[in-house]
Amino acid sequence: MNELALLIASAIASGTPLAIAALGLIINERAGVLNLGSEGLMLVAAIAGFATAVHSHNQALALLAGAGASALLCALLAGLLIWLQTNQYATGLALSLFGSGLSAFVGIGYTHENLGAHPVTGLPGLSRLPFLGPALFSQHPLVYFGMLLAAFSSWFFFRSKSGLLLRAVGESPEAAQALGYPVRWIRCAAVVAGGALIGLAGAYVSVVSTPLWVEGMIAGKGWIALALTTFATWRPARALLGAYLFGGVTMLQLHLQGRGVSVPVELLTALPYLSTILVLVLISRNPRFIAANMPASLGKPFHPGA
Amino acid sequence: MNPISRSRCLVALLALSACSKKPSNEAAPSAASSALSTASAAPKEAGPLKVAFAYVGPVGDAGWTFAHDKARREAEAKLSGKVKSSFVENVPEAADAERVIRDMVDQGNTLIFGTTFGYMEPMLKVAADFKDVKFEHATGYKTAPNLRTYDSRTFEGAYLAGVVAGSMTKTKTLGVVASIPIPEVIRNIDSFTLGAQSMNPQVKTKVVWVNKWFDPPKEGEAAQALLDQGADVLMQNTDSSAVLQTAEKAGKMAFGWDSDMSKFGPSAHLASAIINWTPYYEKAMNDALAGTWKTEETWWGVKEGAVDLVSLSDKVPAATKTRLDDIKKGLKDGSFVIWKGPLKDQADKEILKAGEAFDVKALRGINFFVKGVEGKLPAAK
Amino acid sequence: MFKLVPRAEPSRLASLLAPLVALALTLCLGVLLFVLLGKDPLRALEMFFWEPIKNLRAVGELSIKATPLLLIALGLSVCFRSNVWNIGAEGQFILGSVGASAVALAATPESSPLLLAGVLLAGVLGGMLWAALTAFLRDRFHANEILVSLMLVYVAEQLLSYLVHGPWKDPNGYNFPQTITFLEPTRVPRLVAGTRANWGLLTAPLGVLLLSVFLRRTHAGYKLEVGGLSPLAARYAGFSSQSALWTTLLLSGGLAGLAGALEVAGPVGQLTTQVPLGYGFAAIIVAFVGRLDPVGVTLSSVLMSMFYIGGEMSQSRLGLPKSITGVFQGLLLFSLLTCDTFVERRLRFTGFRRSAPRVP
Repeated sequence: MNELALLIASAIASGTPLAIAALGLIINERAGVLNLGSEGLMLVAAIAGFATAVHSHNQALALLAGAGASALLCALLAGLLIWLQTNQYATGLALSLFGSGLSAFVGIGYTHENLGAHPVTGLPGLSRLPFLGPALFSQHPLVYFGMLLAAFSSWFFFRSKSGLLLRAVGESPEAAQALGYPVRWIRCAAVVAGGALIGLAGAYVSVVSTPLWVEGMIAGKGWIALALTTFATWRPARALLGAYLFGGVTMLQLHLQGRGVSVPVELLTALPYLSTILVLVLISRNPRFIAANMPASLGKPFHPGA
Repeated sequence: MNPISRSRCLVALLALSACSKKPSNEAAPSAASSALSTASAAPKEAGPLKVAFAYVGPVGDAGWTFAHDKARREAEAKLSGKVKSSFVENVPEAADAERVIRDMVDQGNTLIFGTTFGYMEPMLKVAADFKDVKFEHATGYKTAPNLRTYDSRTFEGAYLAGVVAGSMTKTKTLGVVASIPIPEVIRNIDSFTLGAQSMNPQVKTKVVWVNKWFDPPKEGEAAQALLDQGADVLMQNTDSSAVLQTAEKAGKMAFGWDSDMSKFGPSAHLASAIINWTPYYEKAMNDALAGTWKTEETWWGVKEGAVDLVSLSDKVPAATKTRLDDIKKGLKDGSFVIWKGPLKDQADKEILKAGEAFDVKALRGINFFVKGVEGKLPAAK
Repeated sequence: MFKLVPRAEPSRLASLLAPLVALALTLCLGVLLFVLLGKDPLRALEMFFWEPIKNLRAVGELSIKATPLLLIALGLSVCFRSNVWNIGAEGQFILGSVGASAVALAATPESSPLLLAGVLLAGVLGGMLWAALTAFLRDRFHANEILVSLMLVYVAEQLLSYLVHGPWKDPNGYNFPQTITFLEPTRVPRLVAGTRANWGLLTAPLGVLLLSVFLRRTHAGYKLEVGGLSPLAARYAGFSSQSALWTTLLLSGGLAGLAGALEVAGPVGQLTTQVPLGYGFAAIIVAFVGRLDPVGVTLSSVLMSMFYIGGEMSQSRLGLPKSITGVFQGLLLFSLLTCDTFVERRLRFTGFRRSAPRVP
């Protein structure tokens, strides 16, 4: 039973960077911008956060640095996508590839550094509850931040005026502009804000999860976060759940290996990715369902004054 | 003319102008402190012996590659002035390796070390083309008149660690984060288990494969999964300190591997099973310098100072420390044999009877788990 | 002060100049980077642009690197033109190498050299099969092809690992995860003695030629072009986006598979877990820098290969980090995307006043 509680805890911890990155991407996509650069952004944030942690020994500062680095790159991305109107797919991909190379390059001096492992304290008192204690209440603060963020995002998108405006921009930028709203600036704000969250997720991986730096350490989490936004049909709560599920599958396959389950190890390792495909297929198979939920202008460039 | 080709002409012009001023000798010490010489291919120099190393990972991995590089520097220092070494890191184990190794020959190196199994075929190909250059391949099994292999008995270090683990575990469950299911790794897992069982026969070992030599996030997750399943002492056959750090965070115990990792997990660290390549690198360089270099297969362990268990934690009981010393003494004088009968595998089949022992060939090809290891060999039938 | 206004029609001059300016921009930033790192910039440039072509053997190495990049990028350029975002070329490459190995492993020393054709064909089919999976899931279930093809890359890696650790492992290989070294009849013969260049190199210009003809002269190719430029117009004209999906994915999958087969039957000579080298991803950059055009892609694949090999050399000769190659490639792509803006738009100077003058 304890093993199950620990598995849940590991699943949540493993899924948190995915959740936070997915929430950032949802902000981008709700405004109509498809950000294929998430992998590169997370990598750059990871090294920025790690380097900051090495020099300042301050975890909070490191996380902020990661968020800031990603936000900065996203400002550049916004400039290209929104004002120069470059192709969203190509530019996003370019950002991913560039971020990958840049992070590896900057990180060279840091491969032998180590942040030291900080024991996780969790929520005082609550962490002593049987089962629920180890399962839910013994996590790093950022895990709880992720949960709060999901709740806040839900409120933001569906109950607040600014959230409504953002969604309107994503559904029909032309109409929003006709009403006098500065569509391009709103999109830019969404890209940068979402980017900051993506960066936070990336920094979490290198500063908290695995306090080491190695190039490429994000290992596809940026892409999986993208998949999660579709899986969640752009709803924050669902994104959180999906991220935890994915984390669960990842940890579960490791547990199964440890138990000596009679399934080829490679199949177990491929399980998280196969699950992602399955989930995508299930969600997407009704095009009307997707169309009803997907921001209508997602991926399309906006031409003001056209 | 197409603008792309026009631009390339421009660039070629730029490069050609650069050709006209080639510096004769450029020392470019980088942060990694490698002494590089860029004198263009001069096969026979009366100067120091030029030696090159190809590494599969980054020098900063604090594990496998770090150990090689440390030994490179130490051996060069010991042979001060007679040897000039350089290295290339992050060389993938594939077609690219051949190009890098050829380039090393081009650069005038006459003794070249390839520090991972995957360089075997590329090195063989280059060796066939350059008969007067000597090649040394780590952890491989194919040789040539100018290519020989060397390896270290890491399983002895694993056994010693197992002895410590067996005496320290409270849950009687050990965990191993394993890299790639090659014989060396399987042998290490088995030896670790045998060592632990020698102190506590009821110990079980769980194994999780990460399919990479170096992948800290994955190693950390695998370590977490093992801890979640009740393991309280962790061992690894991967190259980073992530496993140790995960154990530290969880308040459990673990070992360092390949290099001394004690500083990465001060309270979790029990000991580090290290490889010391310096004695061998010194020997190899001396062989090349003295002209006594010949093809052979070297497999050194505790006896030759190539393997050791270091930085023992104060938590390890004195009785265990004494046992370790005894074993090391036995390994040095040949009286202690790790792989001897009676020995059963996972399926309870008898592999060795009492009094039997494995010879080198059998040891090299180990592909089964001993009794007490709970885990699956990938693609095992 | 400045405003980007659309042009009446795309500027041919800008279209021709953009890659040139982008390359120049990247070079300038590169020189700056070298100087900041304390390295001689001209020597570094020499590493990247002279060393890879200075003698026959170097050119041979360049061809080995450029051929798979070119083949994959050719396929990807067709995909991207049609708005089909195949990010999983790496997985198709792997399946190509797997398919090729399947046939190669069945060879005996007496096998006819024609078996090589079977090896390459199997590679093409393997890549096509993997791409067909993506096409099917997008066609039938509307699953986003970017994510599906990418996830399939990870699955392909595991499949490769399984085969090489299990059923296809060399029984005399001391249990190391690799197949036997392929026998002579199944190896691609060397083209030029003294280099590693093999006959596979010829598939590159052949592919370029065939694809150019396909795109510019056939009806099917024309349909793909239009479909990419304007899906609505394509639908109006009766061009099915479904057939575009399948055609482009199968084509690029087959090409990626061929690249994988050539790699495994050529310089490597066996199947190991180290065969996939990331060409599937690098080819994305190659395709874009080559403007999604067969001739452009040829040149950009050579350029990219020079970056790769140069990066390797500068690591061993100058102590420059290997990751500098990735930085350059990314910079080149960004510069190109930025410069491309000016094909469709131009800058107009709108005077110094920000807003309408106030009436006093």
